[in-house]
Amino acid sequence: MTSALGSAPTGQDHRARPIPTRAHRRRWARAAGTGWLYVLPALVMYAVFVLRPLALTVQYSLYDWNGIGVARWAGLDNYVTVFTDSDLLKIISNAIILIVFFSLVPVALGLLVASLVRRITTGAFGTVVRTILFLPQVIPLVAAGIAWSWLLSTNGLVNQVLRALGLGGVARAWLGDFDTALPAVGVIGAWVLLGLCTILLVTGMSKIDPALYEAARLDGAGPVREFLAVTLPSLRQEIGVCLTVTIIAALASFDIVYISTSGGPGLQTTVPGLEIYRLAFSQRQVGLASALAVVLMLLVLAFVLPIQRLTRGEKP
Amino acid sequence: MNLSRREQVTGRVFLIALILVTLLPFVSMLSAALQPRGTVPDGLAWPSDPQWGNFADAFTAANMGALLRSSLLIVAGVVPVSVLIATMAGFGLGQLRVPGGRLVFGLLLLGLTLPFEAVVTPLYYQMQDFGLLNTRWAIILPLIGLYMPFAVFWMRAHFTNVPVELSEAARVDGSSTWQLFWRVQVPLARPAIASLTILMFLWTWNQFLLAIVLVDDASKRTMAGALGAFQGQWGTDVVLLCAGSLLILTPTLIVFLIFQRQFIKALIQGSLKG
Repeated sequence: MTSALGSAPTGQDHRARPIPTRAHRRRWARAAGTGWLYVLPALVMYAVFVLRPLALTVQYSLYDWNGIGVARWAGLDNYVTVFTDSDLLKIISNAIILIVFFSLVPVALGLLVASLVRRITTGAFGTVVRTILFLPQVIPLVAAGIAWSWLLSTNGLVNQVLRALGLGGVARAWLGDFDTALPAVGVIGAWVLLGLCTILLVTGMSKIDPALYEAARLDGAGPVREFLAVTLPSLRQEIGVCLTVTIIAALASFDIVYISTSGGPGLQTTVPGLEIYRLAFSQRQVGLASALAVVLMLLVLAFVLPIQRLTRGEKP
Repeated sequence: MNLSRREQVTGRVFLIALILVTLLPFVSMLSAALQPRGTVPDGLAWPSDPQWGNFADAFTAANMGALLRSSLLIVAGVVPVSVLIATMAGFGLGQLRVPGGRLVFGLLLLGLTLPFEAVVTPLYYQMQDFGLLNTRWAIILPLIGLYMPFAVFWMRAHFTNVPVELSEAARVDGSSTWQLFWRVQVPLARPAIASLTILMFLWTWNQFLLAIVLVDDASKRTMAGALGAFQGQWGTDVVLLCAGSLLILTPTLIVFLIFQRQFIKALIQGSLKG
């Protein structure tokens, strides 16, 4: 009886919101049930291969474990080590320094280039430019690492150019030199990420209302004022995206460093990702590796969340 | 007007410089790859006698045939399943709006900025327990899970914007949820699905960390993972290394050039949404 009533096709019922009958509730439960069937596969894969490992990382980080034998409770000892060991602190600071090259350089350069090319990236030339600028984004980072290792090596193109310019004295194995290794790794990252940032920013600029520029010109604003008063504020969201993507790439870098320097010379270019890999799989210090992993994860959030808040908020 | 013309010229000069810097690494690799084997090449020198045979040598040395097959198998294992279950979940969260969906979505957001390094160690032991270490499944299964935050986020964003009236109309016609999903929603979601597929393909093909941690045998890895092993083996032979690297990055380049419009759109949208 009630079920017949519940499914009766009466248009007004819809709006009137009758008291939920059993049939209603059952139908709601069934709809919810089917809905959940759609969400479930993705959720299961995520739970098994991300959430569970994530919980295990946190758990491992509280133990002293070599990966085979019996784990010994260590409390927060591993975290204390991460924050006091001078090597590990250096490794974390390396990742933070890489932000300058992976994020600030591509975003700043990207802004400059994008504001210059705003009007000429249309037509065939524009397509070619976009395609080429995207190449580094498409190839494996490992290949980028190999290409630049070759470019920056003793006989590489960079030194060749320097010698041709009479600057042979400066030439060196850039990735093997204590002073230049980290910036050299940074240059590789900048090369990979510059194109993405430039194109994101160009796309953003094309959405700015031209009337804003006209107004600025009428007010007598020069190119610099125009850039600061119109372009920059309008691109808040795009800049936020660029910063987010590139900061994650810097802090969680692994492929480029592994291939181009293996973290050397010394610890000059070792980053948390590489150290986690080494600690867990070569040195069998799974607990410490996991503590570093948790710290890395929090470090990423500490950088990314404020940026999201600043740039995603209400747009002026 | 004058200013704008000067701007145009400056812009062009800048762009051309930027393009040169972008292309130089590739050109330099090509120039090295064409030098005679066993020589120590210069950074950039057009070879008097280009040794195209080096590519054949690298093809054999890198075992490219097996690598291509392996990468394709991994892509075939990851991409269709990821796209399908992410589309279903996006539909469930964005259209059906299941109760508790917000909680699920929050959980997924948690994974959006997660560095793979943060879970790779437990994944290793988990795969060991499953008996899947050193098989392609050890790359395929975790990748599907790791892609879910972004993929579901992406598809949900699409389905949230599809008017609910559309689903209601289909329901009045008496179609079941399953029919509604396949006949109405999936065809409408085709552009979003296409972009997602491209991104998943690219990220899988280029995946390095999981490949080197979870699979020892380079011939069972992704292209990028195999390149790491290739470098370890031939790192001192610059000529062969450059030839091999170029070979290994060629497939992504080809796919990129074919689908470049969609690729660029997908990558831009992908980072804007992510």
